[in-house]
Amino acid sequence: MKEIRVEEIIAAVEKLCIEANYDLSSDIMAGFQRALKDEPSPLGQEVLERLIENAEIAHDERVPMCQDTGMAVLFVEIGQDLHVVGGGLTEAINEGVRRGYDKGYLRKSVVKDPFERVNTGDNTPSVIHYDIVPGDALHLVVAPKGFGSENMGGLKMCKPSEGLEGAMQFVVDTVDRAGGNPCPPIIVGVGVGGTMEKATFLAKKCLLREVGKHNPEERLAKIEEELLERVNRLGIGPQGFGGVTTALAVNLEVYPTHIAGMPVAVNIGCHATRHKEITLQGRGI
Amino acid sequence: MGEAIRIDTPLTQEKLKSLKAGDNVLINGVIYTGRDAAHKKMVEALEQGQDLPFEMTDQIIYFVGPSPAKEGQVIGSAGPTTSGRMDAYSPKLIAKGLTGMIGKGLRLPEVIEAMQKHGAVYFGAIGGAGALIAKRIVSAEVIAYPELGPEAVRRLVVKDFPVMVIIDHEGNNLYEIGKAQYRRV
Repeated sequence: MKEIRVEEIIAAVEKLCIEANYDLSSDIMAGFQRALKDEPSPLGQEVLERLIENAEIAHDERVPMCQDTGMAVLFVEIGQDLHVVGGGLTEAINEGVRRGYDKGYLRKSVVKDPFERVNTGDNTPSVIHYDIVPGDALHLVVAPKGFGSENMGGLKMCKPSEGLEGAMQFVVDTVDRAGGNPCPPIIVGVGVGGTMEKATFLAKKCLLREVGKHNPEERLAKIEEELLERVNRLGIGPQGFGGVTTALAVNLEVYPTHIAGMPVAVNIGCHATRHKEITLQGRGI
Repeated sequence: MGEAIRIDTPLTQEKLKSLKAGDNVLINGVIYTGRDAAHKKMVEALEQGQDLPFEMTDQIIYFVGPSPAKEGQVIGSAGPTTSGRMDAYSPKLIAKGLTGMIGKGLRLPEVIEAMQKHGAVYFGAIGGAGALIAKRIVSAEVIAYPELGPEAVRRLVVKDFPVMVIIDHEGNNLYEIGKAQYRRV
């Protein structure tokens, strides 16, 4: 058994919130550079160049890439032999979000109630997904999610008879309907199987994968490739101004499901899909 | 990409009629910010016969909720938000004389009809390029609804503020034109 103090968790979450919003990850930047070579549309090229410039300004001047600094989504893996001391884990995470959004001059975009819509003023609460894993470490991923892209996702409880083609068509139709709204070039997360909420969780988790890395299972990697090609034939292009770079990646995860169903979830990430992570080691007692 | 056209606000009918979908435009002068909550309040004010935070005639509204300004900054990151959420309100403001909107993403047919009927243009700024766009904003001042925080109405002075004409006063739509050119399905 090892232990970790909440102060360490608070400080880590604070730092990750700020870094995720200021520093575009290198895989997305590399995706922009590749797209710039392949994009035939002059307007599309212009957009890609401006996006690269924007990411450089944000990094150099320590300001957020986008004013929508998102609702903080966290993926937390806690070792079953780790004991959190000094307070509650969820409270510590939210305190880290509170401090990060304050000190980092990040926009507070969370309303307390979906109907009454009064801003909480500190961007909490966050949305936290916990997983209990073997070991005595704490792995934290902070993925601030903007709602220009979040609003364009979708879920379809497909019939098994619709098969792979039905699932793929739903993904393509969802991206087509979204058009320029989610700030293309986008990253498309696709979760298939499980139950309704499991599919949407997988779709969101797919957005954390490095751009350019495929699902390790070859048959799924092939589906990802085909989906990326089909999505990029839609013509939406960077910012929806027309072009062949609608998505930088389509990432797919699957899970066993029920004999009667095939849930298909699509979660769209904008060109500033953000995620930063850290592993904190527990100390011996 | 075509040479940029510089326009000074206010955006009169004469100026906007020369703009075509796909034009690359640099806006100079005063524009106003407003997004979801401010639009709701403005339309409620109209329905109750109250004054709007500014006179709409020939003005441009930028759909944005900036991040907080750091010390020494005029404004925080300030890219466009998704315009579709303002579709329920825009036709009423266009009828009051609004001639320009800056945002990103698709608009409903009723907005485009109002633009054609009264004469208005929909511009697109680059979504997610908030750090870059902020550099073209010279001053920012909250003029209404301060309680809305990032959603308050601000009066901005902009210099060479970069936008594209997405939908012109005749209803030509860059999203449709651009997509058709590269679509292979």
